[in-house]
Amino acid sequence: MTGNEKPRIGVFICHCGTNIAGSLDVNDVMEYAKTLPGVIVADQYQYMCSTPGQSKIADAIDEHDLNGIVVAACSPRLHEPTFRTATKVGGLNPFRFEMANIREQNSWVHMHDREGATEKAKDAVRIAVAKASLLEDLIPKSVDVEHAALVVGGGIGGMQAALDLANSGIKTYLVEKDTSIGGRMSQLDKTFPTLDCSQCILTPKMVDVGRNENIELMTWSEVESVDGFIGNFDIKIRKKARGVMTPDEAEAKGIVGGGCNGCGDCANVCPVVKGNEFEMGMAPRKAIYINHPQVIPQIYTIDFNSCVKCGLCVEACGDKKAIDLEMEDQFVDIKVGTVVIATGYELFPVEVKSEWGYKRFDNVITGLEFERLICASGPTGGKLIRPSDGVIPQKVGFVLCAGSRDNTGEGKPYCSRFCCMYSLKHAHQIIEKIPGAKVYLFYMDIRSFGKMYEEFYYRIQSEGAKFIRGRVANILEDPLTKNLTVFTEDTLLQRPVNVECDMVVLAAAIQPPAQTEVVRRQFGVSLSQDGWLLEAHPKLNPCGTTTAGVFLAGVCQGPKDIPDTVAQAEGAASAAAIPIHMGKVELEPYFAQCIEELCAGCGMCVNLCPYSALALVEKDGRQVMQVTEAKCKGCGTCGGFCPGGAIKMQHFTSQQIVAQIDAFLLGGRGGAQ
Amino acid sequence: MSDGEWKPMIQAIICNWCSYAGADLAGGARIQYPPDVRAIRVMCTGRVDPLFIMKALQDGADGVLISGCHFGDCHYLEGNFKCAKRMFMIKTILKNLGLDDRRVRMTFVSASEGAKWGMVMEDVINTITELGPSPLKK
Repeated sequence: MTGNEKPRIGVFICHCGTNIAGSLDVNDVMEYAKTLPGVIVADQYQYMCSTPGQSKIADAIDEHDLNGIVVAACSPRLHEPTFRTATKVGGLNPFRFEMANIREQNSWVHMHDREGATEKAKDAVRIAVAKASLLEDLIPKSVDVEHAALVVGGGIGGMQAALDLANSGIKTYLVEKDTSIGGRMSQLDKTFPTLDCSQCILTPKMVDVGRNENIELMTWSEVESVDGFIGNFDIKIRKKARGVMTPDEAEAKGIVGGGCNGCGDCANVCPVVKGNEFEMGMAPRKAIYINHPQVIPQIYTIDFNSCVKCGLCVEACGDKKAIDLEMEDQFVDIKVGTVVIATGYELFPVEVKSEWGYKRFDNVITGLEFERLICASGPTGGKLIRPSDGVIPQKVGFVLCAGSRDNTGEGKPYCSRFCCMYSLKHAHQIIEKIPGAKVYLFYMDIRSFGKMYEEFYYRIQSEGAKFIRGRVANILEDPLTKNLTVFTEDTLLQRPVNVECDMVVLAAAIQPPAQTEVVRRQFGVSLSQDGWLLEAHPKLNPCGTTTAGVFLAGVCQGPKDIPDTVAQAEGAASAAAIPIHMGKVELEPYFAQCIEELCAGCGMCVNLCPYSALALVEKDGRQVMQVTEAKCKGCGTCGGFCPGGAIKMQHFTSQQIVAQIDAFLLGGRGGAQ
Repeated sequence: MSDGEWKPMIQAIICNWCSYAGADLAGGARIQYPPDVRAIRVMCTGRVDPLFIMKALQDGADGVLISGCHFGDCHYLEGNFKCAKRMFMIKTILKNLGLDDRRVRMTFVSASEGAKWGMVMEDVINTITELGPSPLKK
């Protein structure tokens, strides 16, 4: 309230069906609200968020000439926008609204203490009324949105998001830390349940990304730093030294017709041999390399950790002069309006579960290694052989939930969500390729939840795969034959079994990639309990984050298979495109203001501000603080410190907060009203 | 408050992005805890003026809880860190005034730690119940 305006507050208590009314006495709270100073009208309704509920607010504003609204219902994190709109519809400034949380932080957590919950709800209403009595009209600030977007991660999720953004006319930067886009999907052989070849459906998309005029592809690059906020993110990209110039880069240096054309002459002469990470170390690569023939962009990269700088590649490259052994990291500054994070996953180090012998026994491999072994473009040309002796395995065991759904503390408590299905697919591939081979799947549950997945499961059963329900206790190796014995309990037959296998494939759990910690700090995204990036709301905003303008796509938000990843990527791209196409975005007007007559010009606040939004300026012969509203994000750190109380944090003023404290502890008697 | 058995009055000031979300999550998960804490929402614990805490104590609060994001998680980069620094000062002042500094406390509860919020509530209420009514109570 400003000036002589007297509070005229309307209080509305929501039943939320029985969610609230089942645990506390709504009627009692409403009657109590009527006795509070400044309250003109108090009402209750089954569902305040419904259209009739919202109409009650607008009607009461009109009928009783209200200047403040309190709704006691769920969390403001859920319905504050709804009721602000209802307040606005009633003709009041939307910031004349205050919410009392009597559901998430009351009725749901005090379900067996009706009296205690009712008392707490009364206090919550009293506190909210105290604040509502001091609320002021505020105008959201509107900022322009840069007509560009950034996608972090070039797997299938990031590629899809980038393509959608670019195809809607937005300049899109796609940053990938690896040498090529394609991500995990490019390592897969077939995809379930359709059994189409992963590369066959992926490479056209990779080519599209490479060719799209609106996409600026930055492979072998990482986000270095992030500044700014929705509409105006200033992002610095580190382009890691590749040692090889693209034709464009070569031309910029005056080498006409030069640059890498992907011929591979350099790799032929390179004397350094390393394990190829793309092939899970099962095939060699040189120190100058491409991961596989379909890479986009088709540019070689020097692994400077292994390169001996002998110069043979420079010689082999000849007139193209693409190779620069002294190349250094470069930094590129870009400005974007919104960001999509699609950083994917990495495999859980399944050797931690030592009982299964991964990395101890040659013939225990992971599902991803199996993908490469059975892939026609893989190290064996698609001939499935076991690593110890190159023999075609006749009996293959699959250990599902290898590290997933594991509450021992060693593994991951969650379901990795696609391992059941790819193990079924692997079983099918063995039965198809090796006549007479026996396949055993050791499982806890088969989770075949997707479209046509259950049908696929039945198909594999009918093809003769044996399903043994039991968690594998351990695996032992015969040191002479390198054959393996899998020990488990068949929980359906209720007896221990041991099965001799030539090879065992672990359906290893997945986990957030190591860089997640860096990425999330750069973009201010929280983590879920399980370490994946946290969405703004698990059901209603699964692509958004708590940082406005930053969206999530794919497995970085939690385990997903390819269809779900692509769907979420399209959702994230759409959400990220909206502010860009709108051109403007409204920010909550919670910024700081300087009360100049109280400001001593000490400048303490200037150093506290994490956004450099405050500065000291000369005014009437003395120093006072000045706020740059466009930079202020409204944290209030300055307001929490100012020794003179000269900083007014809009919507969270000291007067309002003290009134809330007084309302609780003094029952409103000592309030600052 | 009904007559008879003394129940503590605990003022909480919690940040919008982590602890408030964590408290909401506790609700969603129906984690049950005693109802003696009243929370005020601020955008960031950096907003917490030490005077708010002193005012609550002056008003007769038996305990004050400030809860924010974990270090490094702050939505505003480092507001929680600045608040935590102020807590040392406040605790020193309390001790000098002859108050038990356990009456004022800062915790760090993230948006995904609903269960932890429940534990914090139990623990804070138990601690303050053990300390008894504030000597500043009028």
